[in-house]
Amino acid sequence: MQEHPYLFLAVLAAAGVAFCVGPLALARLWTMLFSPARPGPVKNATYECGLEPQSDPWRRFHAGYYVYAIIFLVFDVEAVFLLPFAVAFGGLSVGAFLAMMGFLLLLVEGLVWAWRKGVLQWR
Amino acid sequence: MDPGLQNELSKRGIFTTTWQELLRFGYNWGRKNSLWPLNFGLACCAIEMIAASMARFDIARFGAEVFRPSPRQADLMIVAGTVTKKMAPLVVRLYNQMPEPKYVIAMGACAISGGPFKQGYNVLKGIDRFLPVDVHIPGCPPRPEALLHGLITLQKLIEAQEIHGPNKPRHLQETAPNEYPIPRYGRFDLDPPKNPEVWPGRPLPRGENK
Repeated sequence: MQEHPYLFLAVLAAAGVAFCVGPLALARLWTMLFSPARPGPVKNATYECGLEPQSDPWRRFHAGYYVYAIIFLVFDVEAVFLLPFAVAFGGLSVGAFLAMMGFLLLLVEGLVWAWRKGVLQWR
Repeated sequence: MDPGLQNELSKRGIFTTTWQELLRFGYNWGRKNSLWPLNFGLACCAIEMIAASMARFDIARFGAEVFRPSPRQADLMIVAGTVTKKMAPLVVRLYNQMPEPKYVIAMGACAISGGPFKQGYNVLKGIDRFLPVDVHIPGCPPRPEALLHGLITLQKLIEAQEIHGPNKPRHLQETAPNEYPIPRYGRFDLDPPKNPEVWPGRPLPRGENK
C-alpha cells in the first residue's frame, strides 16, 4: 500500500503538540493533586507592596506636571554642561567663556519665565 | 510493608520503599532545597540576613539564595526585625499574597517577642500574634550562622511532613484558612490586637489571662 506523501507532516505535528501539551498537562495534574489553588481577595489584589490598592490604576495625571518636567530638564542639562565647563575652565578662551555664558543665560531665562508664571509655588 | 522486615532487609543492603513514600520524599526534598525567601527587611536583623546571603556565609549552600522581590514568587517569609504596629498589617498582607506552600521564620528578639522595644507603644510584641510562625530564632541580632541554623531547622520540619494524614503541610489541609485576617489601625492598638487562631493566649502563672 502506498503511504500518503504528507503523512510524516501529520506525525511530526502530533509529536510536536504532545511535546508541548504533555508537560503542561503533567504540571496541571500535579497542581490538582498536591497544590490546590486557594485564591482570595487579598491574594488576588493588584499591588504586591503590602499596601492596599487605593484607586483605579488607570487614573489620569494632571497635565500641569509637564512644567515640572521641563524645569527639571533645565537644571539637569545645566549640570551636565557645567561640570566639564568647570573642569576645563583654566584653559578656555574668552569666546568659549562667552558662549557658555550665553547658554547659561538661555537656561536662566527659562527659569525666570517659570518663576514669573508662578510654577515654583506649591499649590 | 512491615517495618521490622524493612529494617531487617536494610541491614542486609536491600532498601525497600513504597510509591507513596518515594513521592513524599521527592516532594519534600524539592520543597526543602528551594526555599525562596521574600526580599524584605524591617530593621537591623535584615543586615544579618543580607550578610547570610553574601559570599562569606552563603545561604545559597542551602538553596535559599533566590530572594524574590514579589510575594507571588516567594515560599519563605523571614521576618527580620522589629515589627511596628504601623507595619504589621503590611506584613500580614504580604504573607497572604504568597502562594502555598509557605513558611515563616521569625528572626531576632523583636520579631519573636518585641525584644528591647516590647514596652513601646508602637511595637508589635511578636509577629506570631498574627502569623503562624514555623521557626523562631532568638538573638539581638542573631548571627548569620543562627539564621542558617533556623533555615536548616525549617528544612528538617519540611522533610518530616506527610502528604496524607494529620502532619500535612498547611496548604493541603482543607480546614486551614486561605488568608489570615489583616489587622486595622485602631485608636490605641491594632484591631484586633492578635489573631486568636494562631495566638490562643496561654494562662499566666498567676491566673490572669490577658
